[in-house]
Amino acid sequence: MLAEAWSWITDLGNSKVAALLIFFFTFVGILLYVFTGRKRAERLESYKYIPFQDDDEPESEIETVKDDEHR
Amino acid sequence: MAQAAAVGTAQQYNYDIVKKFAIMALVWGVLGMSVGTYIASELAFPFLNFDIPYITFGRLRPVHTTLVIFGFGGSALFATSYYVVQRTCQTRLWSDFLANFTFWGWQVGVAAGALSYMLGYSQGREYAEFEWPLDIAIAVVWVAYFVVYVQTLRRRSQPHIYVANWFYLAFILATALLHIFNNLAVPVDLFTLKSYSLFSGAQDAMTQWWYGHNAVGFFLTAAFLGMMYYFVPKQAGRPVYSYRLSIIHFWALIFLYMWVGTHHLHWTAIPDWTSTLAATFSILLLMPSWGGMINGIMTLSGAWDKLRSDPIMLFLITSLSFYGMSTFEGPMMSLKSVNALSHYTDWTVGHVHSGALGWVAMVSFGSMYHLIPRLYDTKIYSTRLIYVHFWLATIGIVLYITSMWVSGIGQGLLLRAFDEYGNLAYTFVESVAFMHIPLVVRALGGGFFVAGILTMAYNVTMTILRAKREQAEIEAKIAAKMAASA
Repeated sequence: MLAEAWSWITDLGNSKVAALLIFFFTFVGILLYVFTGRKRAERLESYKYIPFQDDDEPESEIETVKDDEHR
Repeated sequence: MAQAAAVGTAQQYNYDIVKKFAIMALVWGVLGMSVGTYIASELAFPFLNFDIPYITFGRLRPVHTTLVIFGFGGSALFATSYYVVQRTCQTRLWSDFLANFTFWGWQVGVAAGALSYMLGYSQGREYAEFEWPLDIAIAVVWVAYFVVYVQTLRRRSQPHIYVANWFYLAFILATALLHIFNNLAVPVDLFTLKSYSLFSGAQDAMTQWWYGHNAVGFFLTAAFLGMMYYFVPKQAGRPVYSYRLSIIHFWALIFLYMWVGTHHLHWTAIPDWTSTLAATFSILLLMPSWGGMINGIMTLSGAWDKLRSDPIMLFLITSLSFYGMSTFEGPMMSLKSVNALSHYTDWTVGHVHSGALGWVAMVSFGSMYHLIPRLYDTKIYSTRLIYVHFWLATIGIVLYITSMWVSGIGQGLLLRAFDEYGNLAYTFVESVAFMHIPLVVRALGGGFFVAGILTMAYNVTMTILRAKREQAEIEAKIAAKMAASA
């Protein structure tokens, strides 16, 4: 049984199609997971604030010593 | 109080390793881009070879690609990935020792590789010219990088791993896979640098371009997208446009990139179906590439005025525009009919540089300008010099790409032209003569780009020196206060 499955998957004619289907449906699954469900959407979108969670400085305009001298 | 907070941050995170990689990225950038401009000049004015074997185009070309891709790009990726993983996981980098090992291992590897090419040692595999002992050393360093990165992720304070880290991790994993399999070789003996590839013929060519294009896909694209997903929102002061789009961007890119390498081998002895498969997946790649570009650019939605006041934002958004442009041009060139004209011409060289200079270098410059003042807890020395750098780089890229379009498309047309009897209409040397002026303009474009990075090196050096001076003043004040109170 296991030997049969192995010989089936090692045949390029089968494994190419199998890989295509596996990748395609996995990707469709990811699409559905990401874009369905309001609560999930809110949770996923909340992660975009992670880079701002350990700020120790205000996001300010760039100021420089040299330019200050010119003002 | 602010000083105390800054000191706290420096202790919490390992900034020392980030600083070292950031500085070396600039050093390799200056060297690698200068070598690139020199060999571009050699093609326009061959007397510059001076009959010295060590500096001929054939030997310096891999020196250029190694210094800019692995020296500049690699060090920039080490620096930013070590910074981003610490900041987004809110934890210190795992193992200072191993992180330092990756620094010294990587720098010695790049330097030894460049020297070995000048001495004439090369494996002859594009972007993987390192001979076998260096390949093994690099693999060891890379595994150490993987361990440091994963262990840092494992001890994160954040429950979620921010998407920039996904891109960095994919880059680390894919590069390991590519490097190991592409470099499988049998050394002639233990005490020689010479080795023979484990693969042969068409399979060897396919392995090389599976590596070559995925080096573009994972080293020069996925990793720099990780950089983009952190530094664009940070510099813009607003979160990325759509986090869900970034997830789809990631998975689509990962699924698609591995299949496209064979488009570098159209019209050769490889099976025709592999060629068609690669072209099809290349066209599909346009969607995630543009999805990511739109996600990055739209992050600035509602704050477009920042482009007028913030030169760092100019670098980052322009890099995304070049990313969009080169990821349109790439799929177009992967079509067999277009490739019949473009392949083996300067058009390919122009395409590579619109991605390498426009996307990779520009996003790195923008990220470095954001990063370096924060690492040293100071302000950038001169904003004006950032503007100067931006315009030098942009003019340089435009000169480079347009001259290569003229040279490449002209070259392709000349080499394919037939007369009424079916004979070639032009000789090879006529195509070479036609290319002379575009090659001069290309070298000029490279000169502009080098002038830009030299400006940056000066600006960064002055920033670091000022930070050190400020730190010394603070320490002197504290010492004086303590002496007075004693």
